[in-house]
Amino acid sequence: MTTTSDPYAGSRETTEGRVYTVTGGDWDVTLGADQHGEERLVVNMGPQHPSTHGVLRLVLDLEGETVTKARVVIGYLHTGIEKNTEYRTWVQGTTFVTRMDYLAPLFNEAGYCLAVEKLLGIEAPQRAQTIRVLVMELNRIASHLVALATFGMEMGALTGMTNGFREREMILDLLEEITGLRMNHAYIRPGGLAQDLPEGSVEHIREFLRIMPGRVADFHRLLTGQPIWQARLKDAGYLDVTGCVALGVTGPILRAAGLPWDLRKVEPYLGYETYDFEVPTADTCDAWGRYLVRMAEVNESLKLIEQALERLEPGPVMVEDKKIAWPAQLSLGADGMGNSLEHVKHIMGQSMEALIHHFKLVTEGFRVPAGQVYVPIESPRGELGYHVVSDGSTRPWRVHVRDPSFVNLQATAAMSEGGMIADVIAAIASIDPVMGGVDR
Amino acid sequence: MTGPGDRERDDAELGAQAPSHGFRKGAFGVTGSGDTSGFGGLVRVEPGGAVALHSTDRPYGGYFDEVTDALIEAVGQATYDAAVQRVLVDRGEITYFVGREHLLALVQALRDDEALRFELCSSVSGVDYLDSGGPAVTPGRPRLHVVYHLTSMTYRRRIRLEVAITAEDPHVPSVTGFYPTADWHERETFDMFGIVFDGHPALTRILMPDDWDGHPQRKDYPLGGVPVEYHDATIPPPDTRRSYR
Repeated sequence: MTTTSDPYAGSRETTEGRVYTVTGGDWDVTLGADQHGEERLVVNMGPQHPSTHGVLRLVLDLEGETVTKARVVIGYLHTGIEKNTEYRTWVQGTTFVTRMDYLAPLFNEAGYCLAVEKLLGIEAPQRAQTIRVLVMELNRIASHLVALATFGMEMGALTGMTNGFREREMILDLLEEITGLRMNHAYIRPGGLAQDLPEGSVEHIREFLRIMPGRVADFHRLLTGQPIWQARLKDAGYLDVTGCVALGVTGPILRAAGLPWDLRKVEPYLGYETYDFEVPTADTCDAWGRYLVRMAEVNESLKLIEQALERLEPGPVMVEDKKIAWPAQLSLGADGMGNSLEHVKHIMGQSMEALIHHFKLVTEGFRVPAGQVYVPIESPRGELGYHVVSDGSTRPWRVHVRDPSFVNLQATAAMSEGGMIADVIAAIASIDPVMGGVDR
Repeated sequence: MTGPGDRERDDAELGAQAPSHGFRKGAFGVTGSGDTSGFGGLVRVEPGGAVALHSTDRPYGGYFDEVTDALIEAVGQATYDAAVQRVLVDRGEITYFVGREHLLALVQALRDDEALRFELCSSVSGVDYLDSGGPAVTPGRPRLHVVYHLTSMTYRRRIRLEVAITAEDPHVPSVTGFYPTADWHERETFDMFGIVFDGHPALTRILMPDDWDGHPQRKDYPLGGVPVEYHDATIPPPDTRRSYR
């Protein structure tokens, strides 16, 4: 019995023993009333928790401060995206798939579109590929900034969060200018892009490239040398290369274990083999190494964006084949963004074929020859793979997404068991899972 | 989709013993919607279906021949012939269609053999091929497929293994003994398709609530959804809308 009048406090008997609702200031009641006198506590963290990186539930067996067992429960954000794509056309799949890993949506889109293009046997035009690399690297920086910012917040360095999100706002402004939306852009489409870079966006990107290195240096000055930060991160969430490969972990975690496995170098796509960039690694296998790797990757992405801007040549951004290319063009009119009047004039007055193509592509969609492909790309969290199966019709038969967060999160138990409960937070923050990708 | 009355008329008109799978009736995928265009009577043969039943002959090209030869050397020609039902090389990827009895032997060789070294299991997922396969579909055929994507980091290669099972006996040995990463993948495949992985340490639902009935990503499980009401109209859920197929 507690002495508070809180209706939710107290304890009750369940089939698994006595369950205490701890409301604060009542440890003596909770532990004192424990008849078995064990040190073992089962603590439930989440799914509603500010530090579990989304709707993630952790059930931790504790012996004092030490975690003896860590169980991860997911599925709170499952929205059936994979099944939904089977009821939509191929182009509509982009809008679904972009909402999985919501911090790096352009990667979701790019992976899906690369898979569809592989099934179709087409390649997007050169300008589309360059712009895809450009926006993907911008998104990689944004995603790493969220990872670093929330990492800071969860460790208690709250200014790290405000700083990281301030830089991310600059990138979101750029992406809003280019794609029309801050998140979940549906910009990368099978065959190319939804629309070309608008006027002035290149200058804004250059402006951003001028400002950003200073901000990254500021972030380093804020956290990297800070002794508390180092003490919290070093030796937290240890997982070496063997453990990583056995658990299927890829991305910054694998690179922080020393293996320079980056799909942009190993299995290049979208012309990455022609760009000049490094793959940063660390050899500490812990949260500290992952922090350093992510900071270094931000700098590499800045280099990639610079190079992508250099090689922008005028050209089409959608494939030539009129049976596949998304027909409509959007433009900004007096009342907002809508169908470009040029395009409407063309299909209504000038070309019957264009009208028919527009109608058939928007209602039915294009047909993709039967078969299956697996296309992996390097998302900020690791290997993002798309297993897409087509039955020859206008709708996907099956789209399975191998999401890196889903696979990486399995490593939580290996990283946390035997350590302290505070290091569980550090370990999960260093995995940087995005629950949208985990649950789909 | 098509109602039962339409299906009988289909078979009678075509005089076919073939089931209605394999033939697509109507242009808009929905009957009884007041479709007066005349396209409701259109009958089209479905394209070959998602399960491409053909196989590729040797040589496969690229590194596929090396991998196949190394695999034959590792497990022996007899096991290989018993295990691998057919091989398909399509769009630059190789797929081995494997029987479930021999799956673990192949997986061990693929992971451990020096010439193969497929250390990373990228993905284990399921596909439900119900009603697909064109007019050659027979009932009771293995409609559930488990697809394994293996990556060799040493040699930078990728292969795919595919195991087909029926829904009546959906058991496949678990590869978690060789690839611990398959743990959650297999749980998800069980959750979504009902494929039971024998030997898995803790095969429970992972995305759906623990006491859910049914396996949502099977093709005979509805998408779900409620009609959305607007001021003047109601939009039905996606699986019951008129669709232009």
